[in-house]
Amino acid sequence: MASITILLEKCTGCTLCIKACPFGAIHMANRKAVIDMAKCTLCGACVTACKFGAIELKQDAGAKKDLSSYKDVWVFCEQKKGFIQSISFELLGEGRKLADKLGVKLCAVILGDGLESKMDELSWHGADKIYLVDHPALKSYQDDPYTEVLVKLAQEYQPEIILCGATTIGRSLVSRVAIKINAGLTADCTELDIDLKERLLLQTRPAFGGNIMATIITPNHRPQMATVRHKVMKEAALNKAHKAEVISKRYPEEVFTSRTRLLDIVAEIGETVNLSEADIIVAGGRGLGGKQGFAILGELAKVLGGAVGAARSAVDADWIPYSHQVGQTGKTVCPKLYIACGISGQIQHLIGMQSSKVIVAINKDPEAPIFKVATYGIVGDVFDIVPALTREFGRLLKK
Amino acid sequence: MNIIVCIKQVPNTTDVRIDPVTNTLIRDGVESVINPFDAYAIEEAVRIKERCGGKVTALTMGPPQAENALREAISLGCDEAILVSDRKFAGSDTWATSYTLSAAIRKIGDFDIILCGKQASDGDTAQVGPGISAHLDIPQVTYVKKIEEISDKLAKVERMTEEGYDIVQTPLPCLLTVVKEINTPRMPSLKGMMRAKSAKPLKWTADDIEAAPAALGLDGSPTRVVKIFTPQQRKGGEMMSGSTEDVARELTELLKDMVI
Repeated sequence: MASITILLEKCTGCTLCIKACPFGAIHMANRKAVIDMAKCTLCGACVTACKFGAIELKQDAGAKKDLSSYKDVWVFCEQKKGFIQSISFELLGEGRKLADKLGVKLCAVILGDGLESKMDELSWHGADKIYLVDHPALKSYQDDPYTEVLVKLAQEYQPEIILCGATTIGRSLVSRVAIKINAGLTADCTELDIDLKERLLLQTRPAFGGNIMATIITPNHRPQMATVRHKVMKEAALNKAHKAEVISKRYPEEVFTSRTRLLDIVAEIGETVNLSEADIIVAGGRGLGGKQGFAILGELAKVLGGAVGAARSAVDADWIPYSHQVGQTGKTVCPKLYIACGISGQIQHLIGMQSSKVIVAINKDPEAPIFKVATYGIVGDVFDIVPALTREFGRLLKK
Repeated sequence: MNIIVCIKQVPNTTDVRIDPVTNTLIRDGVESVINPFDAYAIEEAVRIKERCGGKVTALTMGPPQAENALREAISLGCDEAILVSDRKFAGSDTWATSYTLSAAIRKIGDFDIILCGKQASDGDTAQVGPGISAHLDIPQVTYVKKIEEISDKLAKVERMTEEGYDIVQTPLPCLLTVVKEINTPRMPSLKGMMRAKSAKPLKWTADDIEAAPAALGLDGSPTRVVKIFTPQQRKGGEMMSGSTEDVARELTELLKDMVI
C-alpha cells in the first residue's frame, strides 16, 4: 500500500508544503509538517514543492514494465454523418508536434461507414498512417462497437499515446477503452507536452473549476490516453501533397454487436453553430428579462457567425433551452470572443467561460463580478448596446 | 427495480477562493456538498422507484465524513446508503475509483440500473461513470437528459449531444449518467430528514468488497499528478464609457480582427 511520510530530520518547518497542498491536509506542529491522513489524497504536490527532500511518497510500483513496444501517436478522429469533426483536425495539429518530438508516426484512427473518400482530408492534415474501420454498425457512435474496435486496434498496434476530443462521444468512448486495456486516461487537457528523457506525455488540465491546474503523467502503463478540450489546440495546417498510408481493418461480425440501439438522432441546433465549436459566443443572463432579450442576442450572434450561450438563471427561467447553458452545470467553452450580456458573473458561470480569449461584458450594474474577468467592460443597458453592436458589426461585415 | 446511485462529496464551488498572497486554494471553512450533478441522479433514481417500485441505494467512496453526503441522499428519498472507505483508496485516479465502486456494486449484487451524475465538479473528468460500466461490462448511456420509457427489461432514453440529442434504447441492467436537464430535484422532506438522522449507512472497507489490493488507491492508478499550480487569475481590463453609439463603434474597431 502506498504511503507518505515527513522525514523529520530534513523538515525545516518552512511551510512551503502547506501552500502547495490543494487539499488543506498539512499543518505545522512544533515547527515540523504534519499530514492529516484523513484529508491527504497522496497527490504528491507537497513532494515536488519541498525544497529539502523531506517528504517521501512510497508506492508499490510493482515490476517496471517494458514499454518499448509501444510506438506512435494516435488521434481518434470523430465523424458525424460522415463529416470529420473539427476537433479531429485540432488534435492532428497537436499530435503532429508530439509525434515529431518523439520521432514517431502520427496516426489517425477513424470508425464509420463509407468513409473511403475522407482519407485525403486526414492525410492533408498531417496523418502519416490512417487506421480505418468501415462497417455499417459504425455509421453513428454507439458505445459497444466503438469500444470493442478501438480496444482491438490498440491491442494489436500498441500506440504510446492516444488523443481524443473531450466531446460527448470522446469522453464516453475512451473512458471505457482505458479500463479495458488498463491504460491511464487524463480528462479535458488544455496543454500537452513531452518529457523526452522518460518519453512521457505531460498532460495539463484544470481542476476545481479551473481554480487549480494539474500536470499528470502515466509512468508505467501504455498507451497514455488523454481527452483534449475543444478550441484549445491549433488545427493542423493543410498540406495537399501529404499522403498517408491507409490500413483498412476488418473484424468478425461479433465485434460490431451493440447492446444499445440508436433509434434516432435529433438535431436541435438551427441557424447558429454549436457552442463548443463556436469561435464567437454571445451569451445572456438574467439581465435580458425574457425570451425577447435572446432574440436580440440571436441577431448579434447571426451577424458575427457565432453561437448563443446563456447563464443558468436564464435557462432555469425557460427563456432558452439547457443546451445553451454555459457554466458549471452546463458547458465549458473557450471561444476567441465571449460577449456576456446582462450576466452578473457568478463563480459557476465564470468556471465555464473564463478561458475565452477576449471577454466583453455588458451590464447595468458597475459592481457586477463579470467585469473582474472582462477584457472590455461596458456599463449600460443591454437593450441599447446590443442592437448598436449588431448595426456596427453588420456594417463592418457588410451583412 | 433495484437502483444504485453513485455520488461524490465535493467542496462547494461557491466557497472556493484563491488566497491572493500565496496564490493557493483556500480550503478552510469550505463546506462539503453533494456534487451538483449527483443531485439530479438521486432525484431520477427516486422518480424511477416511485414509477416502478423497488429501492434506491446511495453509494459513495470517500473519507469517513462523506457519510454526511449519504445522509443527505437519504433525506432526498434514498432507502439505503453505503460508504466505501479505506486508507488503501487514497490516491485513486478514475481507473482505481471506478474499479473500487464496481467492486462495491458487485458486493451489492442485485441491481437493475446504476445512475451517476455526468461528472463531479471538483475533478470534472466524466470518466468514473463509464469506468464503472466498463469494469462491470454492462451497457451505458451517458449525458442522459430524459428517460422516456423504463421497464424491467429496457429503458428508452435521450442522450444529449453537441447538436441535439440521440434516442437510445438499452437493455437493463445498465448504467446511465445524467445531465441537469433531466429533472428538478426536490427539497428534502421532513420524513426524509428524520430518517436521515437515524440512518446508519453501511461502511465497507477494501476487504469487505474483496478488492484486489494492487488495483486500489495510488498503486492501482495508472496516472500520477506531478505538479499542481494556480493559473494566472484573469484580471479585469478596460472599462469603456461614452454614448451607446460611440462605445459600439469603438468596440467594433477593437474587435475587428477577431470577427473578420
